Amino acid sequence: MEIVLALAIGVLTSSGVWLILRPRTFQVIIGFSLLAYAVNLFIFSMGRLRIGAAPVIDKAHEIDPSLYTDPVPQALVLTAIVIGFATTALFLVVLLASRGFAGNDHVDGREADL
Amino acid sequence: MNNWLQHLPMLPIVVPLMTAALLVLLKESRRKTRLTLSFASVLMQVFVAYQLLLVTAGHMPALWPDNIAVYLLGDWPAPFGIVLVADRLAAVMLLLCSGLGLASLIYSTARWERAGVHFLPLYQLLLMGLDGAFLTGDLFNLFVFFEVLLAASYGLILHGSGELRVTAGLHYIATNLAASFLLLIAIALIYGVTGTLNMADLAVRAGQLAGGDRRLFEAAAAILGIAFLVKAAAWPLNFWLPNAYAYACAPVAAVFSIMTKVGIYSLLRLGSLLQPTGAPAAFGGEWMFPLGLATLVFGSIGMLATQHAERQIGYCVIMSSGTLLAALGMPGVTLTGPALFYLLTSVLALGAAYMLIEMIERTRGFGADVLAVSLEAFDLDDPESPDRSDDVVGVAIPAAMAFLGMAFICCALLIAGLPPLPGFVAKLSMLSAALQTSATDTPSIAAWTLVATVLLSGLAGIIALSRTGIRLFWSSEDTVVPRLRVSEAGSVGILLLACIALAIWAGPVLAFLNDAALVLDRPQLYIDAVMAVQPVRPLGATP
Repeated sequence: MEIVLALAIGVLTSSGVWLILRPRTFQVIIGFSLLAYAVNLFIFSMGRLRIGAAPVIDKAHEIDPSLYTDPVPQALVLTAIVIGFATTALFLVVLLASRGFAGNDHVDGREADL
Repeated sequence: MNNWLQHLPMLPIVVPLMTAALLVLLKESRRKTRLTLSFASVLMQVFVAYQLLLVTAGHMPALWPDNIAVYLLGDWPAPFGIVLVADRLAAVMLLLCSGLGLASLIYSTARWERAGVHFLPLYQLLLMGLDGAFLTGDLFNLFVFFEVLLAASYGLILHGSGELRVTAGLHYIATNLAASFLLLIAIALIYGVTGTLNMADLAVRAGQLAGGDRRLFEAAAAILGIAFLVKAAAWPLNFWLPNAYAYACAPVAAVFSIMTKVGIYSLLRLGSLLQPTGAPAAFGGEWMFPLGLATLVFGSIGMLATQHAERQIGYCVIMSSGTLLAALGMPGVTLTGPALFYLLTSVLALGAAYMLIEMIERTRGFGADVLAVSLEAFDLDDPESPDRSDDVVGVAIPAAMAFLGMAFICCALLIAGLPPLPGFVAKLSMLSAALQTSATDTPSIAAWTLVATVLLSGLAGIIALSRTGIRLFWSSEDTVVPRLRVSEAGSVGILLLACIALAIWAGPVLAFLNDAALVLDRPQLYIDAVMAVQPVRPLGATP
């Protein structure tokens, strides 16, 4: 499972980085979305990978910390998802405004001289 | 015991948050109520920051005996819950931030606050993010406050709209999004290795790491450092800054002059906590010194190369970041105090400069940048730029040109570091401290390099600014004498008077900042203060 997760994070990050270096605004925003997925998975994996373990402690039974997974990265990833989603949405609005003003979708607002 | 006093560290965050929420609810047409609320909130922040300064200076030992104000959010004990910590450095930064916020809010009432919707709530949220970033004692919380201030700044940088602003804003947002992802990766990695996010706890645990964990932690610290350097506009991560700041409207650009200093503050805070426990010197270590020098050189070259006055001030921001990074990268604690003094003067001066340049630009008739021949050839006429309209109600001040000229000279002297203004005091004390450390220790090459670079960059600054001044004031044709509102001239006046006050009381201020630097140099004080605070309600008790 570790190798699958590591590959997923690696592929998402590399595609994301390649896309944010592209000249079209749409490519840039997709790049940021992919990077956000990669970062969120990375944060999640920092709590160590456990299968079938709950993060919330059940008070009804005797509490054994080894049965539970670390809840902190899950709380962090939730915050990171919300913030990342909001800022990406805001970036989308700016992107549309830029498209409206410049009449093209280049990140500089004008086509590069070929 | 004064009960409200114990909630003091919370107020700089809660007050602007509540005000912003109220402002969103109020209609834009109820301008008086909205402005009254905004001013009440900012004045409250100034007051609270001053109170915190008194607390950290040791005037209220009953509540916080270590002179470090600690506040447990949700009453959870330190390593588990989020803490707010106000030591001397944080209190000084809070006061600086709220003072600058007040001046530029006054400036914005003349026109900018009405140039688009939601200026006032976004402004409050920006102040909330800044205050929170200065106060927080938790790494992830630091990220959250960075995002709050960045999200508000994204809105504010686009305020007034227009093609140039939107394109510059696009670049600014893209850069900061990427930096935020780096910050998240670093914080997650640090949590994965050490199992804590509390900065005081981190300082203890980082020193105990060994082997592979240690190397992983150093990698995480390096990524964290890069994220902060993007915010601090260190070369080569600062190409976004001049455009973004130049096209933002003046009161916003003025507040933004403190935003690069948040990056420097974070580097200083984490550097002070991580250094002596044997953890890597990623912050403020020997790497920071050449980076700072490169930033300084880049800023000076950019300043000499550019013609556009607002972009020139952007390069001044880069220069001040470079000076700070280089000074904080020198070994020893003696430079920290003077560097903080430099930070105060440069933020105030740059804030004033952004507002001033916008007023000066109004003196230029349409087409002053373009040759008269090409005006005719291309059949251009005045496009009635909405940014430049001059017919806004308000009380005008007399002798507008004299005021603009004097204020410009003051700003130039402050930025270049010439007497009699505090820019000189700051640079002199910084350089003499650098030379003193080199007299006792052997490596003096670094100190002499710092002296030479800072002095040469000051020379470059005065050349570039005097050239701009000549172009703006002495070009005899097409000079329009603008009407300046009291609110606009007054806010620049407040900032410049604050600078002059800093020059007059430079002795006590420097002594206070040196004490702040000593506190930073002994992180055990910070760690003990955070760890010693007990929750009001004992653990396990039901409410």
